[in-house]
Amino acid sequence: MSSHTSDSPRATTRTVLDEGDISRALTRITHEILERNRGSAGVLLLGIPTRGVHLARRLAARMSEVEGTTITAGSLDVTMYRDDLRLRPARALEHTDIPVDIDDRVVVLVDDVLFSGRTIRAALDALGDIGRPRAVQLAVLVDRGHRALPIRADFVGKNLPTSLVENVKVSVAEVDGADDVRIVGEGDA
Amino acid sequence: MIRHLLSSADLSKDDAVLILDTAEELLSVASRPIKKLPTLRGRTVVNLFFEDSTRTRISFEAAAKRLSADVINFSSKGSSVSKGESLKDTALTLQAMGADAVVIRHGSSGAPHRLAHASWINGAIINAGDGSHEHPTQALLDAFTMRRHLGDLDGRRVTIVGDVLHSRVARSNALLLSILGADVTLVAPPTLLPVGVDSWPVQTSYELDGALDKADVVMMLRVQGERMNDAFFPSAREYSRRYGLDTRRMRRLPEHAIVMHPGPMNRGMEITADVADSARSVIVEQVTNGVAVRMAVLYLLLSGSTDAESTEAREEA
Repeated sequence: MSSHTSDSPRATTRTVLDEGDISRALTRITHEILERNRGSAGVLLLGIPTRGVHLARRLAARMSEVEGTTITAGSLDVTMYRDDLRLRPARALEHTDIPVDIDDRVVVLVDDVLFSGRTIRAALDALGDIGRPRAVQLAVLVDRGHRALPIRADFVGKNLPTSLVENVKVSVAEVDGADDVRIVGEGDA
Repeated sequence: MIRHLLSSADLSKDDAVLILDTAEELLSVASRPIKKLPTLRGRTVVNLFFEDSTRTRISFEAAAKRLSADVINFSSKGSSVSKGESLKDTALTLQAMGADAVVIRHGSSGAPHRLAHASWINGAIINAGDGSHEHPTQALLDAFTMRRHLGDLDGRRVTIVGDVLHSRVARSNALLLSILGADVTLVAPPTLLPVGVDSWPVQTSYELDGALDKADVVMMLRVQGERMNDAFFPSAREYSRRYGLDTRRMRRLPEHAIVMHPGPMNRGMEITADVADSARSVIVEQVTNGVAVRMAVLYLLLSGSTDAESTEAREEA
């Protein structure tokens, strides 16, 4: 995991979303998901580890509040389906937890950053091996562009035009101690 | 991660825990409608078995197939080995066919080590049992089964009973369990303890009854008739009376303790049928877990870049 603070003098880090912005974006996405699917019936939120899982849980908590029912988010590890496994050392698997049968449900995948789209491609393959959802939708906190595959998000927290030399770093309180989204410039990747 | 899996002792604690954690996630694949992951598509795994085996060979085959690897089974019976082909020539043939991993079981201790270090084969070598030396994937699946029942193994007491002398399972388990922090006691008649056992990270005892009261795990070993060309104990009946696990002895175990056996069992010899089929026994579960653990080993050894200098995987933003 890359470090979150840097003492490098060349580092050009700017915060693009703070805690309040993230909270508002998640609340809006919650309502968009409910509006699009006419309520939470048959909707299953699946976060992609690690940070997507925490975002999915927050969406589920907001959704439970709005709908007055308990909604549980799951998680979907896509490591075994990635197309870059041969390019890096073998890595540890994350936890997959599918709380209910996905057959005939609307699965909303939740991830922190949408970039090349390869992670989502892997997630779609993984879903296909688990069952046959009625539809799959995608919610992301940040869409930073530079897609390498024909994939788009249904629900976006913020569109963030970036350059390829920059890095987008999403921090969530559950993992990183604080909520923010930062763009980390060249020299501090 | 290491490149070959030859001995439990090659594993660091972090490696061992990584394999067990990975297996934990892979266990759920068995309960899905599609019991297959695409991870090792296009890779070839050769099962090279010079000794008879049911469990281990099938388990490795199932593990490789669930990861979408191609599996070639080779057994020395019905191959050119029966015409006198050497291990080296067999290995060169496999290399020429492009084996990415070779799972080897051999009657001679050290055969997998030879295969890994002689540069006959480029692929990863996995020891599936060599002579009376080691059987590391069995130890990993045993540790995995214990961990699922008992949680963290640090400080847990494991009693391994029986034919330690001929048992590669006992050696691999003793080494791995001590890496994981468990206390291992070997119980066997003096004739069935190997020379040099005092240098192992274990305690030894000749009495089974004294080693039961505090044990969290009792692992019974098979009396290996095929490796015994000598009289190691007076009679089978005396052995089973002194070292066999029966219901009376099982009752002395703590409430949470589990009974294990690597199989194949000699029912009535080292373990009675009622104990083998009791609720305490996790022997069938060991087989199920074996597939998940071997999937984890194949995944960690075969996927990923083949750079010797493997660095910590960086997480993609």
